[in-house]
Amino acid sequence: MSQPPIRIVLAKVGFDGHDRGLRMVARMLRDAGCEIIYLGLRQTTENVVAVVEQEDADAVGLSMHNAQHLTLAPRMVNALRNADLDVPVILGGVIPDRDVAPLTEAGVAVILGPGASAEEVVCAVREAVASRS
Amino acid sequence: MKRDSVTPADLLKMAVSGNRHAIGRLLSLVEKGGATADEVGTATHPLSGDARIIGITGPPGSGKSTLVSQLLKVITDAGLNPAVIAVDPSSPLTGGAILGDRVRIDATDTGAFIRSIATRGHSGGLALAVPGGIRVLDAVGFDPIIIETVGVGQVEVDVTATADTTIVVANPGTGDAVQANKAGLLEVADIFVVNKSDLAGADDARRDLELMLDLSHMTGQEDPTGRRPPIVMANSLDGSGSTELWSAIVDHGNHLVSTGQIEARRAARTRAELHSRAAGRLLAALDRAIDSPSGQAIVDGLRNRDVSPAEASDQLMRPILHED
Repeated sequence: MSQPPIRIVLAKVGFDGHDRGLRMVARMLRDAGCEIIYLGLRQTTENVVAVVEQEDADAVGLSMHNAQHLTLAPRMVNALRNADLDVPVILGGVIPDRDVAPLTEAGVAVILGPGASAEEVVCAVREAVASRS
Repeated sequence: MKRDSVTPADLLKMAVSGNRHAIGRLLSLVEKGGATADEVGTATHPLSGDARIIGITGPPGSGKSTLVSQLLKVITDAGLNPAVIAVDPSSPLTGGAILGDRVRIDATDTGAFIRSIATRGHSGGLALAVPGGIRVLDAVGFDPIIIETVGVGQVEVDVTATADTTIVVANPGTGDAVQANKAGLLEVADIFVVNKSDLAGADDARRDLELMLDLSHMTGQEDPTGRRPPIVMANSLDGSGSTELWSAIVDHGNHLVSTGQIEARRAARTRAELHSRAAGRLLAALDRAIDSPSGQAIVDGLRNRDVSPAEASDQLMRPILHED
């Protein structure tokens, strides 16, 4: 029996109205055979966790352009851990280089910047999902 | 929670005690199919069968998800514990899918359980995993269970074989009285919703549906009990129509019970599911037979005009049907 498709929740958390990038990523992953549970704009951390549970998602993709990534991305990682969900968080959007190390330290699995190709996005998601315990 | 180390029976225990991730994982097992899905079916079957199943169908963009969102508020206000299976299409090319129903369904206030399911190659408006998914949600105590189909055209009416009550969502400006009398989707509604009723043409849409129902009465195609499907005008901008829709659903449920139609519908549903499962096995056996060396010989015989199409199919089917 073949492996079922990767299921990934895509969301923007917090007050952030720029969703074109997230829609592009959704399309890249769709064309790579993934199932995307698309939540879109203005989600809360708690709602994303509830959706991951109900949808039994394999990964969470967050897109951030509101400069709150140092607060909200670690908060998402911790909320998933506290809910006993072994689900990698993949971060995209505008993330300054100097923030990459602290975010990785905080448990963000992958950080993708502007200009990431479809291939990079898809590989990053596949690797992050495959590396789960 | 480590994956693959928990049995379906353990998951079901956790799910029944309210663990939502366990419910989600059971639904994934059902979607995956095969022996583990069968185990889930075996475990949940005795615990299920009582929940009301409500189907919502209609064209893409007609407002099904938004209507479900409104309906969930009314249902939870009534003290019930609803779940939703929202189906969206998989790409026939890559198998990928964008499951976007949750963008419209705001469940943060209601706490309703919602699962998005991709069709994964199945046509007809639903996914193969829907009956098994309903069984899981029913077994862990959700009632009612709402099934939102993919956006459908005119003939994808699988949902009627799954739901107790089928709601067809229509919009203003999508067709005239001739469209309304074409065969297919509009014939299967237990309740109509004219959604986006704030838009121009809403009254025309309602009139066209009423005329269509008048003709159903004249030609004897109406429900054998003489029930006429109500038409609910709904508009998600101000939430109007959702309370009326829920009343119509409850009325239809009572009607099914008082006329005994509920038993007939559920018997037909059971038959359809058994038929579909058995057909799947039959098709698999047929594939094996036709791809075997003896099957290939039959194909060759047909191609060389040694046997007729009817003879060839007899030869192929005889061992499968044990008619030899």
